[in-house]
Amino acid sequence: MRKNFGPTSIIRGVSLAVHKGERHAIIGPNGAGKSTLFNLISGRFAPSSGSIKLKGREIAGLPAYQINRRGLSRSFQVTNIFPRLSVYENIRCAVLWSLGHRYSFWRSADKLRDANELTEKTLEQIKMAARRHTPAGVLTYAEQRALEIGITIASGADVLMLDEPTAGMSRSETENAVELIRSVSRGKTLVVVEHDMGVVFNLADRISVLVYGEIIATDVPARIRENQAVQAAYLGTA
Amino acid sequence: MNDGSPTTVPPTALIGVQLRWWEKYKFWLIAAALLVVLPHIPGLSSGYGRSLLSQMGITAVFALSFNLLLGQTGLLSFGHAVYFGLGAYAAIHLLRAVNGGLPIPIPLVPLAGAAAGLVFGIIFGSVTTKKAGTIFALITLGVVELVYAASFMLHGIFGGDEGVSANRTGGPRLLGLTFGPQIQIYYVIAFWAFVSAVLMYAFMRTPVGRLCNAVRDNPERAEFIGYNPQRVRFIVFAVAGMFAGLAGGLLAINYEIVSAESVGALRSAQVLLAAYIGGIGHFIGPIIGAAVLVWLQVNLSDYTSAWLLYFGLFFMAVVLFAPGGLAGLIMMHAPIVRTRAFWGVLASYAVALVPAAIMLVGAVLLIEMNYRLSTQPELGARMKLFWVDLDAATPWPWVTAVVLLAAGFYVFRKTWRFVAAAWTRALDEAKARFAGGTSP
Repeated sequence: MRKNFGPTSIIRGVSLAVHKGERHAIIGPNGAGKSTLFNLISGRFAPSSGSIKLKGREIAGLPAYQINRRGLSRSFQVTNIFPRLSVYENIRCAVLWSLGHRYSFWRSADKLRDANELTEKTLEQIKMAARRHTPAGVLTYAEQRALEIGITIASGADVLMLDEPTAGMSRSETENAVELIRSVSRGKTLVVVEHDMGVVFNLADRISVLVYGEIIATDVPARIRENQAVQAAYLGTA
Repeated sequence: MNDGSPTTVPPTALIGVQLRWWEKYKFWLIAAALLVVLPHIPGLSSGYGRSLLSQMGITAVFALSFNLLLGQTGLLSFGHAVYFGLGAYAAIHLLRAVNGGLPIPIPLVPLAGAAAGLVFGIIFGSVTTKKAGTIFALITLGVVELVYAASFMLHGIFGGDEGVSANRTGGPRLLGLTFGPQIQIYYVIAFWAFVSAVLMYAFMRTPVGRLCNAVRDNPERAEFIGYNPQRVRFIVFAVAGMFAGLAGGLLAINYEIVSAESVGALRSAQVLLAAYIGGIGHFIGPIIGAAVLVWLQVNLSDYTSAWLLYFGLFFMAVVLFAPGGLAGLIMMHAPIVRTRAFWGVLASYAVALVPAAIMLVGAVLLIEMNYRLSTQPELGARMKLFWVDLDAATPWPWVTAVVLLAAGFYVFRKTWRFVAAAWTRALDEAKARFAGGTSP
């Protein structure tokens, strides 16, 4: 899988290649453009120029739902769920498209066996089965973050992009979240933006460092730690 | 789901299956039974009562279809009557063709309305649903004005000021029915109203119906789970148009005349009020709202020419104090209805009702006297209100009205404490019971 970026004002000529099946972390100081990079790849915004390839196919400028249908699913830094729907409905809505139910209006969602089974499985994975009937809007912050990841992984997309999945969590919540991310990303390609260096070095196979809209280094964690440019630009000042 | 099924089938299993079936469909069965029985209940078994019920049925289908947009998908349409009215015109023209010899039974004529509603829902929906929110609301307002204006230009189709009329008895006989008597038309309306309600409920349970709720809550996230919110809006808009058109078709066979007002902005506003008063957060809300709207329309207008003012005030009261509508008010009591303290809540309501009624009498006196003096001065200042002769030219009725309003309001505020206290007791009891019930 290759992703190449042309210049925009915030992303100034980014070239980044994420390998199939790796866990790839993107780090960088605040305002470096990490979230913007995510938004460009996932189709929230269209890039001004350049190209983005998912599994060899061009996706730059496609609407978000088409990129999602090609197997790329993302989470959000600011929790982005369906607040009035129950936890169960949140997850079930997220599995429908990939199972081929699409805009079906001739069958009851309660009778779609595959959708309900996959929903149950996802609820177990994110340990939210006991909260299935609760409206998502009244969950605790940590529960909403778990649901956020649940919605992202439910469709079974093979490329996952998580935007600061542990932001605002306590130590123990972060540990749980890392375990969850590790288990759900098994056998998949994971791109994660994260501020918590413990999480990054624990989770990532490779790390890219984004500073002022440019990738200054991409390497395995051990060598990123030793990289002079990275230390000067980021770790040193942090 | 049937997990934990026993290996040997006990003799009570069959009853169990029947009970589950009853549990699942009891609301629909009760609703169907009500629809059958209602026109024979004393008070409703007259021609007036049956015509009232027929209008309620038509408005209920219309309001339910409107709520697919507002309550379920978060789309505020100011022009839903376009599909209702065009459906009504399609049905009335088909009825004319039936009068001319086309062999179609009268109960199927409203389906022409559904077809027209669907077609125009698709045509106009492809434009209006490009955007949501304020832009959507404004475009629907534009469409309703466009169609209303066109209705006076296309005289052949819309019939101008007189409208288009036809005769519902002029069709082929079906099982010996002429469809002349109101009771026969009532049952046609009740049948289609029931079928539409079931279908709309079922639609909301399908994948695209579930996504309507998701798009209402968070259209952006819907995009990131593979759905195009625009497409979801378009589909629900077309479906809502179809059911609005069916309601219009029912109107056509009920009144045997359709005029331009049925496609207009006023009718669009009425359905919005009906849905909102009933409660857009509950499936049954628009049905309640439709019944209340029609009842007020028919009855209040007999007593006072200021009925629209009362209706407006009622709507404002619901928006301000009961945003969940009447259905929301009723459902609010679900957690406490089985507690013993519930009777205390009802008693506290009865206490609060007295000053509320006094306040209302004061307000009605003021409104009626003002309305008479300012809009109908030719009728004079002498009038009869609440069975009392009074003269609005003298100060005493005004003083009395203001005193009633102020005193009623003051005492009502005081009684609110009792209501709050009774609620607290009932909720505590319900919580205690819930906690006791879930412990092993």
